Amino acid sequence: MKSTISITVNGTPCSAEVEPRLLLVHFLRDNLGLTGTHIGCETSICGACTVELDGATVKSCSLFAVQANGRSVTTIEGLATAGEMHRVQEAFWKEHGLQCGFCTPGMVMSCKQLLDRIPDPNEAEIRNAIEGNLCRCTGYQHIVNAVKAAAAAASRR
Amino acid sequence: MATSAPVQTERLVGKAIRRKEDPRLLTGTAIYVDDIQMPGLHHACIVRSPHAAAKIRSISTEAARKTAGVVGVFTGEDVKDIGPVPTGAALPGLRIPQHKILAQDRVYYSGHAVAVVVATDKYIARDAAELIEIDYDPTPAIADPERALRADAPRVHPEYPDNVAFTYHQENGDVDAAFASADVVLKQRIVSQRLIPTAMETRGVVAEWRAAEKLLHLYTSTQIPHLARTLLAGMLGLPENKLHLVAPEVGGGFGSKLNVYAEEALISFVAMRVGKPVKWIESRRENFAVTIHGRGHVDHLEIVAKKDGTILALKVHILQDLGAYHQLLTALIPTLSVLMVPGLYKFHNVRADITGVFTNCVPTDAYRGAGRPEATHVIERMVDMLAAELNIDPAEIRIKNYPKPDEFPFQTATGLVYDSGNYEAPLREALRIAGYQELRQEQAKARTEGKLIGIGLSTYGEICAFGPSPATPAGGWESATVKVEPSGMVTVLTGTSPHGQGEETTFAQITADELGVSLDHVTVLHGDTAVVQYGIGTFGSRATAVGGAALYYALQEIKTKMARFGQMLLESDDVTLAGGLCTCNKTGKSTTVAHIAAAAYRALKLPEGTDPGLVATRFWEPPNFAYPFGAHLVVTEVDRETGEIKILRYVAVDDCGNVINPLLVAGQVHGGVVQALGQALYEQAVYDETGQLISGELMDYAIPRAHMVPWLECSHTVTPSPVNPLGVKGVGEAGTIGCSPAVVNSVVDALRPLGVKHIDMPMTPNRIWNIINAGAQA
Repeated sequence: MKSTISITVNGTPCSAEVEPRLLLVHFLRDNLGLTGTHIGCETSICGACTVELDGATVKSCSLFAVQANGRSVTTIEGLATAGEMHRVQEAFWKEHGLQCGFCTPGMVMSCKQLLDRIPDPNEAEIRNAIEGNLCRCTGYQHIVNAVKAAAAAASRR
Repeated sequence: MATSAPVQTERLVGKAIRRKEDPRLLTGTAIYVDDIQMPGLHHACIVRSPHAAAKIRSISTEAARKTAGVVGVFTGEDVKDIGPVPTGAALPGLRIPQHKILAQDRVYYSGHAVAVVVATDKYIARDAAELIEIDYDPTPAIADPERALRADAPRVHPEYPDNVAFTYHQENGDVDAAFASADVVLKQRIVSQRLIPTAMETRGVVAEWRAAEKLLHLYTSTQIPHLARTLLAGMLGLPENKLHLVAPEVGGGFGSKLNVYAEEALISFVAMRVGKPVKWIESRRENFAVTIHGRGHVDHLEIVAKKDGTILALKVHILQDLGAYHQLLTALIPTLSVLMVPGLYKFHNVRADITGVFTNCVPTDAYRGAGRPEATHVIERMVDMLAAELNIDPAEIRIKNYPKPDEFPFQTATGLVYDSGNYEAPLREALRIAGYQELRQEQAKARTEGKLIGIGLSTYGEICAFGPSPATPAGGWESATVKVEPSGMVTVLTGTSPHGQGEETTFAQITADELGVSLDHVTVLHGDTAVVQYGIGTFGSRATAVGGAALYYALQEIKTKMARFGQMLLESDDVTLAGGLCTCNKTGKSTTVAHIAAAAYRALKLPEGTDPGLVATRFWEPPNFAYPFGAHLVVTEVDRETGEIKILRYVAVDDCGNVINPLLVAGQVHGGVVQALGQALYEQAVYDETGQLISGELMDYAIPRAHMVPWLECSHTVTPSPVNPLGVKGVGEAGTIGCSPAVVNSVVDALRPLGVKHIDMPMTPNRIWNIINAGAQA
């Protein structure tokens, strides 16, 4: 028994017939080909699958696609505009906030969300905000630096 | 043809340059294995044993086969001619049980693969996998390595009389005489617990069989694409040149992908059988259950010294939990611990024994540091205990036992030759950054107030840059090809296989400097056996020290050839190649790399005895390993009420020789330290007595999260290595090796007023609370 869903993904309306059990992350990756959203654990612990749903970060491995029906999703592919990276992406690049890159899309989405809420976070606020995103490579320090750099870049604008 | 390439004169090696690989990673456009799509792609789901030890009575696959969308179901009988899973260990008398890619008549650990389903959709594959009925006859299992040695322990492999896979003995110097002459003897049992590597990307495989060409395309998340191709071709009975293996973007490895796994052969086999491309992506639960674990030591140490703190000798017995099988390097890992157990110290008497024991657990193998963190942990604990026993400052006792800088190359008690070193320098720097004397005063004051403050040191040495071929199970060399293309653009092919380390950038820095071209004009390729010449791979902190050196020599060959073309174009024998130009020393006239490249490929005229084209390949083997070192200092406070440990300061001073890119070196140190913090404080693979993995998910296995990690104060000293032309040593594992003993030493120091002498890892609040409330007993 399939359901018809309509989701706006990165600003583009998408409709599909999906099984009710289809995970949102599989819809994004397999139906839409947006493979920037990664699957690291399927249990909502690692945060690699973090996307924005109506402006709030969610873990797309723990939502069904049908739960996003009628709503708006932003993935890592939707952050850059006109070929220009988002300032969080730029700051991760400058500060070496990534190594293997697997956690990076989810990590960037969480950091963007943090800066949307708190424009100039301190170290503790940054660490707490990304507590749901596991990184095994960086030890997080350069990610902290990247978020601070992104905040500074915004305040200069 | 020739473009007017800008000339690069600024030296890039040594500069903090942002990485060339990052834009694709940051925008979600990098292609990891799970991102690969192809027409007709099918999906595999593997059925795994819930038992750690059992006989298989029967397997019923009928219901699964009848499921719409299922194209194949395979069991052990189907794959009995494939394999076995290879091991590179060749120790005398080593027992090597047959490791087939699917269980035959028995399972040996929880998670052991028994059957595989292939279907048009991954949901269908999982549904069908649930329909496979396996009738098991469970038998007693053994998960504890110490209990596995008992005479009445269940045997992991019934064909052997006991669970001992091998023993190893090494003795250097006169240990008995040293023990007889010592003033002080200290003994300690020290555990380096089993850990789960937890690369954020699990393993995954896509296999595509092109029947008409008899050619297998295999995409796999690996650190060793070339070795994996050779070994998998052997397992599958394919000619090596009919297996095209690609390591695409790889999401972390930490040693867990320095291996050849059953699933790589299994998915290849099923793709060949069903005639469709097949994808298998390991779930996180599978990753925990069946991808190799690390560490797993129970060590017994005895150290002897003179009253003045001079170390005389060390005895160590390592009990290595091997798990149920040998993976690629399983049995070799503890031998690295033996080699490094003298640490940075001068004593010459060592007796080392290893007992490698089978358990009904997933195999252990190389995990970041691979044997060296275990060695560093025990020697640094013992030296700290010695300092406490003799009432000598822990910094002072270390300095007293170091070889001095003029004693290098330094031959160690276990027969290694440390390449270069100045061990006092990073320790002094760490003490200076931390304000050691003031810290000790603050600690004394805090103790009078009842606070539990500790200061811990670890000074580590590391064997890396693997290494001379006779000392490694595969070749110890690495390869590089440099192609200056007709336009003057430069393509580098490296036999290493970076998966987060950033060699696309650091190797481009080296290339840009040597050829004087822009960083943007250099592209570094790796991981594709159809593109890159044979290589060894990325592990053991070797990529830059061995692969970077191979690249350096290839660049020298290219430069020699370019100079010949430059001489021809400038009509002079007296030319200098520098800064992207070839300049005549007499006339001052010059020509560019691009012009030279154009001339070399157009080949209207050639220098005498010179062939067209500008390509050079070098295979280079180092004459010795490289030995980085450093000092870590950790200040902790222990909460008496909760047993919680707070890290107040973390100072890391590392010496990895010359630095190509300080930003990337810092990243390696941070990541390494935090992985070892995980071992010191949080992580442990826990099997229950029936062999069930209790810490079987990220929900139950605590890898450090951002808020659990302190700010790291990092610095460096620079002692170049003489074994390679770049003077680099390797830094991938340094943080992991230096950290754990510093943290434990710090917490033991904090609890010293309670009479605590040793604590095993992980130092969870529960463990610490129990120690505090037991009133001194560790």
